[in-house]
Amino acid sequence: MTTATPAKARTLTMAQAISEATAQEMERDPRVFVMGEDVGKYGGIFSATTGLLDKFGPDRVMDTPISETGFMGAALGAAAEGLRPISELMFVDFFGVCFDQIYNHIAKNHYMSGGACKYPLVITTGIGGGYNDAAQHSQCLYSIFAHVPGLKVVVPSNAYDAKGLMTTAIRDDNPVVFLYHKGIMGLSWMSYFEGSTNEVPEEPYALPFGEARVVREGSDVTIVTLSQMVQKSLVAAEELAAEGISAEIVDLRTLVPLDRATVLKSVAKTGRLLVADEDYLSYGLSGEIAALVAEHLDTVRLKAPVRRLAVPDVPIPFSRPLEQFAIPQVDNLVASVRGLMNAKVY
Amino acid sequence: MDATAGQLLWMYEKMIEIREYEETMARVYLEGKLPPKIQKGLAFDIGAGPVPGEMHLAAGQEPVAVGVCAHLRQDDTVVGAHRPHHFAIAKGVDLDAMTAEMFGKDTGLGRGKGGHMHLFDPAVKFSCGGIVGAGAPQACGAALAAKKLGRDSVAVAFFGEGAANQGAFHEALNLAALWKLPVVFVVEDNKYGISVEKSASTAIASNADRAAGYGMPGVLVERNDALAVFKAAGMAVARARRGEGPTLIEVKTDRYFGHFQGDPETYRPKGEAKELRQHDPIPALGTLVRDLGLLDASSDASLRERLAARVQAAYDFGRNSPYPRPEDALLHVFAE
Repeated sequence: MTTATPAKARTLTMAQAISEATAQEMERDPRVFVMGEDVGKYGGIFSATTGLLDKFGPDRVMDTPISETGFMGAALGAAAEGLRPISELMFVDFFGVCFDQIYNHIAKNHYMSGGACKYPLVITTGIGGGYNDAAQHSQCLYSIFAHVPGLKVVVPSNAYDAKGLMTTAIRDDNPVVFLYHKGIMGLSWMSYFEGSTNEVPEEPYALPFGEARVVREGSDVTIVTLSQMVQKSLVAAEELAAEGISAEIVDLRTLVPLDRATVLKSVAKTGRLLVADEDYLSYGLSGEIAALVAEHLDTVRLKAPVRRLAVPDVPIPFSRPLEQFAIPQVDNLVASVRGLMNAKVY
Repeated sequence: MDATAGQLLWMYEKMIEIREYEETMARVYLEGKLPPKIQKGLAFDIGAGPVPGEMHLAAGQEPVAVGVCAHLRQDDTVVGAHRPHHFAIAKGVDLDAMTAEMFGKDTGLGRGKGGHMHLFDPAVKFSCGGIVGAGAPQACGAALAAKKLGRDSVAVAFFGEGAANQGAFHEALNLAALWKLPVVFVVEDNKYGISVEKSASTAIASNADRAAGYGMPGVLVERNDALAVFKAAGMAVARARRGEGPTLIEVKTDRYFGHFQGDPETYRPKGEAKELRQHDPIPALGTLVRDLGLLDASSDASLRERLAARVQAAYDFGRNSPYPRPEDALLHVFAE
């Protein structure tokens, strides 16, 4: 953690941190409101809106029908009028039923208006697998949102970052897609990586977009990653340290804007790059980071070819052994880094 | 609700302005697109000329725009569709900036980034877009905002009869009725979704009947007539403004041009467009306003002259405005 821990810090789950940031922004700004499926009494299927209904009432915490096109379009329409909606897409996998509103309108209208219109809204959504929910409820898909110009894309790995980034997202005048991994929300009904539950100051604070964080310093290899994979990488790094391999971990935190400088600086230092990603392998984040390094080989000297660890272009399977195979695990991270240490470039 | 003298004259004037605008565009659009200037074998080049790209004109559909917008204020929101000029003009969108946008100029509403299907004028709360049916949920959002902010403004979504078969339409109707939103949905039934007749795309004859499934009033306007639209829209807008919720209106209207300019219109019976023009709603309203003594022949002529000059001035403005710098393509992805 680069920020000094204030006196009032407590330990929060990522879900609690997101909900607290939302509540504080709703108190600060009456234009902010929340809508989505089960965000009211239920408090969000992944607890991202827990407690908000009691605090703010049904006019500002609105349960919607199962009509994602309807309420994503309504979020746009309300944002155009000066409100600041937070619109929850329960699972990112459901983007398929409403992507027109998101990529053709929410993402593009500011541009097509020549900057005349603003659409300050946040789309929150749950991502990730690891709990046997199969191919339609386990994807990450952040690269798809990052691919479309006009959307800022935030993918936090822990509660502290989640609160600060959510605050920034709500204050931003642009559409922001805020993707939280279900397996680090700290839910009482799904096992999670404990590193994601950490100390969070009570007072509001905003973390800037486009600033990656070096969560672990190292000298032999850089692991560029995000979201739950940061927590897996931290575990892997401990195992590697026992073998005498020093891994540096870069948590991207936001994909749009992307902090290219921090990635390049770290890779220039270690000379080895592993991109660890829970999204699909091809045409996505891992390729983007690899290309970034390839474009800078005049200033970055690699000791080994770039490696990518991601879902090997298959839908997420249901059965435990199949899913554990498809989604990169700590063991895969360790093995990939070992492989990197033994590889050479010409 | 009867139209006042002022409202009648306003509708008449706006219909003439819209028609003049569309007929002018039909001519300007063809500039540079036809042989011999272009490649051999091509009949038409959509990307050439001073106004490139697709062009969907609304000549014949003026009554829908003016009959509804006669009831709207500047702070009411209108979300149009891919054929948007008549709505934009009736809502009071800046004519010069709108025209410059179609020429792709830096003085355009979107500084050349939107073109004719994507017009945004926040000063009069107008927007439109090229995806069929997508505007209906967005109008719900504007109406939701009005409600939350305690305003009595309303939102109107205009779209074609083809859009009534989109999921977005049905989701929006349910949302609007569920939340009692001050929104009016207006379906322009011009009989064709590009080439497909309504009878081949829509399971029931009148989309107004679909309103019952969402617990809101549905009104069918069977004539392409500004006063008939005015009457239906007056009730719907007043109902929305009173906070009593949404209304669905379908208007049977006529499309004089093809789906887009350059459409060979092989799906239409020969002579259909010509026949439709026999029932032009503009002369009909002209007769009425003259019969009521609101306008005489000479003031009618000078009105037409003034509107033609106004439209010509907008085209001159668009044509003579500078293009954006090419690298301005990189601006406005994000708000600063």
